Amino acid sequence: MANLNSNFLGIKSPNPFWLASAPPTDKKINVLRAFEAGWGGVVWKTLGSQVKNVSSRYSAMSYGGRRAAGFNNIELISDRPLEINLKEIVECLKEFPDRAMIVSLMADNDRKSWHDMVKRTQDTGAHGIELNFGCPHGMVERGMGASVGQDPQIAKMVVEWVMEVAQIPVITKLTPNVHSVVPAGRAVIEAGTNALSLINTIQSVTGIDLDTLVPNPNVGGQSVFGGYCGPAVKPIALKFLTTLAQDDYTNKVPISGIGGITTWKDAVEFMLLGASNVQVCTAAMISGFKIITDLCDGMNNWMDDKGYATLDDFVGLSVPKITRWEELDINFHIVANINQDKCIHCGLCYIACEDTSHQSIAIEKGNPYNTYTIKEEECVGCNLCKIVCPVNDCITMEEHRKGDEYLNWTEFQKRGLPLNDH
Amino acid sequence: MAIQSNRLSTEEYVVNFSDVHPPFDHPEGAIIESNRCLNCYDAPCTKSCPTSIDVPLFIKQIASGNIKGSAKTIFTSNIMGGGCSKVCPVEKLCEGVCVYNLLEEEPISIAKLQRYSTEKAITEKWKLFERKPSTGKKVAVVGAGPAGLACAHALSREGVDVTIFEKDNKGGGLMTYGVAAYKVSPEFCQDEVDYITSIGGIDIQYNKELGKDISMTELQLDYDAVFLGIGVGIARELAIPGESLSGVVDAISFIYDLRTNDYSRIQVGDKVAVIGMGMTAIDAATQSKRLGAKEVTMIYRRTENEKPCTDVELALARLDGCSFIWLASPKEIVGENGKVTKLICSKMKLGEPDASGRRSPVDTGETISIDVDMVIKAAGQIPFEDLVNETKLENKTGKISLDINRETNLKGVFAGGDCVNGGKEVVDAVQAGKDGAVAILNYILGNT
Repeated sequence: MANLNSNFLGIKSPNPFWLASAPPTDKKINVLRAFEAGWGGVVWKTLGSQVKNVSSRYSAMSYGGRRAAGFNNIELISDRPLEINLKEIVECLKEFPDRAMIVSLMADNDRKSWHDMVKRTQDTGAHGIELNFGCPHGMVERGMGASVGQDPQIAKMVVEWVMEVAQIPVITKLTPNVHSVVPAGRAVIEAGTNALSLINTIQSVTGIDLDTLVPNPNVGGQSVFGGYCGPAVKPIALKFLTTLAQDDYTNKVPISGIGGITTWKDAVEFMLLGASNVQVCTAAMISGFKIITDLCDGMNNWMDDKGYATLDDFVGLSVPKITRWEELDINFHIVANINQDKCIHCGLCYIACEDTSHQSIAIEKGNPYNTYTIKEEECVGCNLCKIVCPVNDCITMEEHRKGDEYLNWTEFQKRGLPLNDH
Repeated sequence: MAIQSNRLSTEEYVVNFSDVHPPFDHPEGAIIESNRCLNCYDAPCTKSCPTSIDVPLFIKQIASGNIKGSAKTIFTSNIMGGGCSKVCPVEKLCEGVCVYNLLEEEPISIAKLQRYSTEKAITEKWKLFERKPSTGKKVAVVGAGPAGLACAHALSREGVDVTIFEKDNKGGGLMTYGVAAYKVSPEFCQDEVDYITSIGGIDIQYNKELGKDISMTELQLDYDAVFLGIGVGIARELAIPGESLSGVVDAISFIYDLRTNDYSRIQVGDKVAVIGMGMTAIDAATQSKRLGAKEVTMIYRRTENEKPCTDVELALARLDGCSFIWLASPKEIVGENGKVTKLICSKMKLGEPDASGRRSPVDTGETISIDVDMVIKAAGQIPFEDLVNETKLENKTGKISLDINRETNLKGVFAGGDCVNGGKEVVDAVQAGKDGAVAILNYILGNT
């Protein structure tokens, strides 16, 4: 059995799965249920400036009959009284001393407010603080949340205030509503943050009710941009994470990975791209806290299969495998192959290739089943057929190198090699 | 032992004749199932449908919430798509070739999805088709069955006025009179006919029989073209002693009576033998059981491997508690006081393959005797040969012959469906009606 124990900035948890700052972590009853289910830690829903939430709050994007492929919310930070939150945090810490307790903060934008929030949080005995610089709605209009994270100078100033009084580790949560997270990441590290986390939600409109013409979620006939999350945002989160993991300055601090993590595979992917642990929210909101069982079990079995004894053994291993386009080997060439024994003759590969790719699949009409074969000389190795094929390993991509040597674009141009002739 | 009616309570009849393939209880079911469809290219299901319904398209239209579009996709290819979703032997057509079968997974429930869209369209009377401006042409259609209705609808869409002459007092043909009641209800059949004719330009004249109330010569004179969709419908005789005994009925009349009367009025025996193993035989056997017969035995002269019905149909009869005697051919029906008491069958064995490719039954010389009080003959149907000959139509043992333009030997007279092919599925008749309409349009509008 692999060891899933996680140590993030000295904050220990029995596994690397924390519940992200969000509705599932906004009060004692939820947090205790999460700990009973086996979650390694929680980031308590953001405390700070006083707010009032509206109704309704969430909406989702369904795809192919699957509900909530993407999810969004217009909920603000905690609207419960600060005193109650702080009291409940103390109680949860007492009941589950082995779990990580991080508290998310978003104070009014002045030094005194931040100092006050940090101190009161530390008084609870919480293990760490996460600064919410990412919330994309509601708080932004008041100069908080994403409007802090989007401006590296403001972010830096706030982190400096926090670090003046912080005695426990500070994680700064970054917004993805920027073209690059690296400038803000560098700025807050310069200001002294001990770690980064990302992504917060992405501004979005999930859809419109075609009867009322009001976008979702509908609040009395109106809507606002909500923060997008769930499975749909994972690829975007992985990209932002990679840019931090590859930057020589930002990769000096640990990163807590967030964004659409639903299965143990998603979590492994985040960690392979440099996250030291992960945070989950939407998956738990959709399916309940019990998902922690397979998150841990699946990761554990994968680690056993691959021979990784601890989390540190695989964190970051895929980071060097993402390079710049100019470094890719042009002589590498793959060609699709259809396993006729596995083929169910659905024709999805054929029509995808014929209509939208390189006309590289031959069709032999049959009744009722057609036979499809690859025209190897036409195939550019784009993967589209393999992606649309409904049968696992029916279409495989086989290596047919164009040349033995590694040849990148820079070298290709230097040698004046010919472009395609079609 | 006796033949009698009114064997069951009203509630029992309702249960026994309720929908054998119930619809989706909730829209969610249709959404989940429609999303399971892979949306194949050049889809095997479409290729295996005699009317070539674009199955992946109508299923994806259900998934996208475009139910109206879905119904139109179906009806464009098959105006009886509602009834066909209930009576088609889909296990040997669309669902039988669904690629999921190749993964050993359940095929998509195509019929059930088709029913979902079409039933909504029929119930809510969606107007999905507009007639083109009038061509000033008029066509007579004989027979308001699937072929005739499909032909009439296709012609009406193109601006042709159609008069249908129907010998019975309801439309729908075999759908109305010849299919098991637990597959389609009489109310549905009526609704379907009404929906088809709601396009306008189709006048059905009921109780008008060709050769009695109307003549071919009149039709040829009064109309620009004639389409014959008169079907088949004469039960094949067994040609054995005892066939005229009381208690010997043919399956077609038995089912006709069942479809046109209250179930409590239909007489059925204690011990019923059904001769044959086709779809009609199954319908007769299962419905005898559902009317309250104590024992129903199906007699077939070949083995299960050669049976003409599908596995699904056979399973239905099995589940209804019917028993089977394979390799038995009726030799004599024995009676007392004019009433059936016994069925004597020759025991058969399989010999050489015949013209159908199936091994033919050979008499072993041995016989078996079964105690019965009712014999239902379902040994096939034969065409209206006398009628066809009287009207001087070229034919092969009653099956009307067509030239390459689907025209008969009589000028401007076209035909299609069971009266041409000798008896196939409803869906085949619909396609024949469509084909007939295309041929007639070419003929009357001269755009060959």
